[in-house]
Amino acid sequence: MTHFTPVSAFLGGCLIGLAAVLLMAMNGRIAGISGIFQGAIDGTRGDRGWRWLFVGGLVLGAWLSISMTGAGFSLRLDYPPALVIAAGLVVGFGTRLGSGCTSGHGVCGIARLSLRSVMATLMFMLTGFITVFFMRHLVGVAG
Amino acid sequence: MKRALAQDSMALLAGALFGAGLAVSQMINPRKVQAFLDLAGDWDPSLALTMAGALLVTSVGYRLVLKRPRSLLGEAFRLPSQQLIDSRLLLGAALFGIGWGLGGYCPGPAIAALALGNLEPWLFLGAMLIGGLLAGRLPAANP
Repeated sequence: MTHFTPVSAFLGGCLIGLAAVLLMAMNGRIAGISGIFQGAIDGTRGDRGWRWLFVGGLVLGAWLSISMTGAGFSLRLDYPPALVIAAGLVVGFGTRLGSGCTSGHGVCGIARLSLRSVMATLMFMLTGFITVFFMRHLVGVAG
Repeated sequence: MKRALAQDSMALLAGALFGAGLAVSQMINPRKVQAFLDLAGDWDPSLALTMAGALLVTSVGYRLVLKRPRSLLGEAFRLPSQQLIDSRLLLGAALFGIGWGLGGYCPGPAIAALALGNLEPWLFLGAMLIGGLLAGRLPAANP
């Protein structure tokens, strides 16, 4: 169980938005993380550098934030690793097939009023709700 | 050369801001994500405010930025041109949502969560990489 944290949640969201605007304003790129990550792995040679820097920045920014203010939560250490691995496989497959994730479709796409992104976001929210309902209330697995 | 350095710096900075936002909002806490998706349990709506903050800033920021012919560092804006809402998009998004609910991670937060030092994000990302490579072997969507 977690607690409602409206202020930090909203401020964190604003930082995410700021990052997305910065990347577009300066580099002309969408801040879609599944795509940036995929391209860092199998993109063309000259197009990989900035992707790795962005990915490294994600870790660095999170680390700085945690160092300054603490994470604010305890680590989840009791969740079945098989479920984490299955989740990763499905997320990797699905985000490539559907050309985006929470950042690319949910933030950048909706901000551009892309109907594709609106539809994708509605779809992944829906299946996310259903999956958690199934796992927590029917199967009885909770982290 | 100078421009490439500036763009690389901006990619790192945007990544760091994004990662800080993911940490501050607790998107990197898989329990927080699952509690947000748990409408039938102890629902924690915090992350809806994260989405709202990110969308607010990105919508306004994109509107201002995309009025310009090029990015501030002289790059063309690379915006997705695909408009079609096809089964690939919807199936991909549906699978992504299932994995998101199952693990409590989407791609950005899984990368940023590497800053926490526990094993889970590594397992998730390794599997995500494989899932993405598998999806990349599917026949191309558009001739």
